[in-house]
Amino acid sequence: MQVPAPFDYARASSIDEAIALLDRLGPEARLVAGGHSLLPMMKLRLATPEHLIDINPLESELAYIREQDGEVRIGALTRHRDILESDLLARHFAIVREAEEMIADPPVRNRGTIGGALCQADPSEDLSAVCAALGATAVIRGRTGERVLDMDEFHQGPYETAVGDAEMLVEVRIPVRERCGSAYEKVKRRTGDWATAASGVALWLDGPNVAAAGIALSAVNPTSVHSVGAEQALVGRPPSEQAFEEAAALAAEDCEPIGDQRGPADYKRHLVGELTHRALRRAAARALGA
Amino acid sequence: MLINLTVNGESRSAEAEPRTLLVHFLRDHLRLTGTHWGCDTTNCGACVVLVDGEPVKSCTMLAAMADGHEVRTVEGMERDGQLDPVQQGFIEEHGLQCGFCTPGMMLTARALLDRNPHPTDDEIRVAISGQICRCTGYKNIIASIRWAAEHSEEVTA
Repeated sequence: MQVPAPFDYARASSIDEAIALLDRLGPEARLVAGGHSLLPMMKLRLATPEHLIDINPLESELAYIREQDGEVRIGALTRHRDILESDLLARHFAIVREAEEMIADPPVRNRGTIGGALCQADPSEDLSAVCAALGATAVIRGRTGERVLDMDEFHQGPYETAVGDAEMLVEVRIPVRERCGSAYEKVKRRTGDWATAASGVALWLDGPNVAAAGIALSAVNPTSVHSVGAEQALVGRPPSEQAFEEAAALAAEDCEPIGDQRGPADYKRHLVGELTHRALRRAAARALGA
Repeated sequence: MLINLTVNGESRSAEAEPRTLLVHFLRDHLRLTGTHWGCDTTNCGACVVLVDGEPVKSCTMLAAMADGHEVRTVEGMERDGQLDPVQQGFIEEHGLQCGFCTPGMMLTARALLDRNPHPTDDEIRVAISGQICRCTGYKNIIASIRWAAEHSEEVTA
């Protein structure tokens, strides 16, 4: 029987109380939301927090998807299922629903949250790539106030984020800009599996040209990162098949896949090129139709 | 800690360590062994129960997290001696062989039909995609759920 090691359990009744508890209990305290990353880690003793602070009671404060000030804002406790089913997100960012449909499985999506997914910072996690491609920012709150970081600042390495001991991720903000198209492509061995490789793409058009591009990969780097070279190759020129080919080749070059049970490194690198190419085509078609 | 929750419409409470997982709380503390305990790793879905009407894997939820919530297990599907149409469907269409995945499959089917009374086969496949039938009887499981969707009125009448 796999069960977590003993811990003290507290329920937070507000964000402020959760942060105050983190501050008082110190680095051996952890927040738990959906628990679909942390509880499996605790069963395996890869995580052994002495105190668990349950933030599930904070749904009214921390679970929402709304448009405000030119952004779509997603509360950290928003479940995968609500993100998947959000028409607001689907209307602005097709990449979100495409990725969510392939994250784990329905019962897992009923519990897992965007905040938990981003804070776990698993290099094979999908929402990190989605948020990076879309140029999202993360709002981190501590006792003295909030800071807003972009995803490159937020992700500090595998399983490492910029969230400090007495801080919590409270919101994800995705900027809404005109003429945006986005798409997600993922290869996995079976339903519910982590990605063998995945590519998230967002394009913004200005006139006939690509004004900005976001390309972020999952499962082929130590942490989910932008393919900066591939992004730059697209900017300032029309979204053409030739541009996509060049960008996809750069994305495939600019990653560090590791051979494992999901496949050898060269296969994953091949996937990155192909998936990026497909995602670019679809994102561009969407941007042109937008 | 004392955990209070509603199980199959009845208010239940028991003392349990905070680390107690919902699946063990149901099976060992409340002696409701219809919920099966399978892989322990959030993969197989044998432990699926409904929390506030939606399927969750009870091996990956603390019993403490279900405090104050409504849990439904396979024991709560039959009502007043009448099988749920989903249970009847599993009989009619031979939806089980060994039966290990069956409680979770039936509860997921119930939640699906509550939201979407006439799902397509693809929608049924997606709904049960987090649950494994090691007898590989998926075809009959889908037929069973379809049977329930087609006969829900006459069974519940």
